Amino acid sequence: MTTLDATLDHPRGGSAAALLRHATALARRSLIKTARTPEALLDVTLQPVIFLLLFTYLFGGAISGGDRAGYLQFLLPGMLAQSLAMGGIALGQNLNADIEKGVFDRFRSLPVARSAPLVGAVAADIVRYLTVCVVMLGFGMLIGFRVQTGFVPALAAVGLSVAFGLCFCWISVWVGMLVRTPGAVQGLMFLLVFPLSFGSNVFVQTSTLPGWLQWFVHVNPITPLVSTIRGLLIGGPVASHLVVTLAWMAGLLLVFVPLALRGYARRA
Amino acid sequence: MTDLVVRAEGLRKRFGKTQALDGVDLTMRRGTVLAVLGPNGAGKTTAVRVLATLLRPDAGSAFVAGIDVLKEPQRVRRRIGLTGQYASVDEDLTGTQNLVLIGQLLDLRTSDARRRAAELLEWFDLAEAAGRMAKTYSGGMRRRLDLAASLVGHPEVIFLDEPTTGLDPAKREDMWGVVRNQVTQGASVLLTTQYLEEADALADEIVVIDKGRVIAHDSPDGLKRRVGGLTLRVRPAEESRVPDVLRILDAVAAPGTSSSPDTAAGARPGAVSVPVTGDTALDIAVPALRRAGIEVTDLALHLPSLDEVFHSLTEGVPAKELV
Repeated sequence: MTTLDATLDHPRGGSAAALLRHATALARRSLIKTARTPEALLDVTLQPVIFLLLFTYLFGGAISGGDRAGYLQFLLPGMLAQSLAMGGIALGQNLNADIEKGVFDRFRSLPVARSAPLVGAVAADIVRYLTVCVVMLGFGMLIGFRVQTGFVPALAAVGLSVAFGLCFCWISVWVGMLVRTPGAVQGLMFLLVFPLSFGSNVFVQTSTLPGWLQWFVHVNPITPLVSTIRGLLIGGPVASHLVVTLAWMAGLLLVFVPLALRGYARRA
Repeated sequence: MTDLVVRAEGLRKRFGKTQALDGVDLTMRRGTVLAVLGPNGAGKTTAVRVLATLLRPDAGSAFVAGIDVLKEPQRVRRRIGLTGQYASVDEDLTGTQNLVLIGQLLDLRTSDARRRAAELLEWFDLAEAAGRMAKTYSGGMRRRLDLAASLVGHPEVIFLDEPTTGLDPAKREDMWGVVRNQVTQGASVLLTTQYLEEADALADEIVVIDKGRVIAHDSPDGLKRRVGGLTLRVRPAEESRVPDVLRILDAVAAPGTSSSPDTAAGARPGAVSVPVTGDTALDIAVPALRRAGIEVTDLALHLPSLDEVFHSLTEGVPAKELV
């Protein structure tokens, strides 16, 4: 009985390996769900394409004084960042729905780390952020966008984008733990993501803005991300923007991962 | 010493203004079925959630399989299975995927998890639907899949929160069969229910809770003795035979009682009811009715309803105590 109890109480390979294994199994669950409901990918496929078309052809001429092709070069790296921030909203909504349906009660009654269901769901979101990058770059090139640096910097831009998406989405996870309905998650996250993505250097040069708005753009985490991606895709300074971006990413994780875990533990 | 597989003392839990648990003591012997009986909102689900490590009580202690639920929840989780009130299967996953996922989270190797999933699906008559998404399942099939999910890890203690609510009578009896089978295989089962009939059919012991408090803990027979036990109801085809029926049924009345015209709320007049001690009353009453040439349109043994159980258990308790 003692030996049986010992194997029963100690997961194979220790707790870190167990967390990795459980999170992988749970990430797989999320991916199966995504594959079964491809319409859940509209917000990372059709929606960014529509935004790109809208801003390039409807507003682009007016904003850039007629130079649509030049504006597309400026706009696309920024829109990539905006789409990543928006792409994380669905995660909080899905987790909120799962909890309401009682699916997470089963996970909670199993001997897995408290963080495993959240870590698994976040990990599965890699696929969505990669999709955003592929769709934006692919469709962008179709309508005339050109990478002016090279393959490796472009690849680095994609890597940074996905990594930023994985950090930023913890805000959405946290909100998903706090509020009652998936609709409320979406409402609150839009309230956050809209000012962040529009009050930035995504659509216009910061120098054209009034002073108080310039201040907001400078303290906005989307701004250094956009500058970094722009540098990696169309050339320009990268290192200084990258440092600020990485600092923001670390900050997001340090603040929102513990908040999300605490919210999850409290949600009874 | 008796081997108590669940032992809880003084559990208290408050949600806002509601005192969901107001000092609940519970014990369950190993290898038995304990039914927690009570109306909606009595605190049954809260009690199960505390014992299954989902909810921390405000006060009190609980041990499941000898392990402190509050101090070592992970060790408890390896030994329990939980089926909640609402079938919590993942609708977008197939039956197999649902069970394999649980197996993986219980640290089974994937091949073992697959084998166990196939075994359980077969056993719960879901083998044909194994590859279909759970959202295509009927209510009964979801319940079975949900129950199967709680058995993946061969749990020592199984918690079932209202496992048959919303199921039709045939499905309900299937579920009872599953519970009995688990007990023969050595598990202990704690189930909550709103039906005295279900508790009577399954449980070795019954705990009655109301407003967050245990108001009785007894064997089904003991409880029935306290609340009046079975009632035999007979409706003669001709209302004019009621006096004859009254006379015949007096012969099977439980000691100290007699038959009377049935005045249960909402009942049509013309029926007779009598408290009886067991179903042997039928062996006497049915031939006697036939000999007297009385045709009957309805003849049945009834357990007291949950309302009647509460009525008799709380009778004589000062009104203040019941608030």
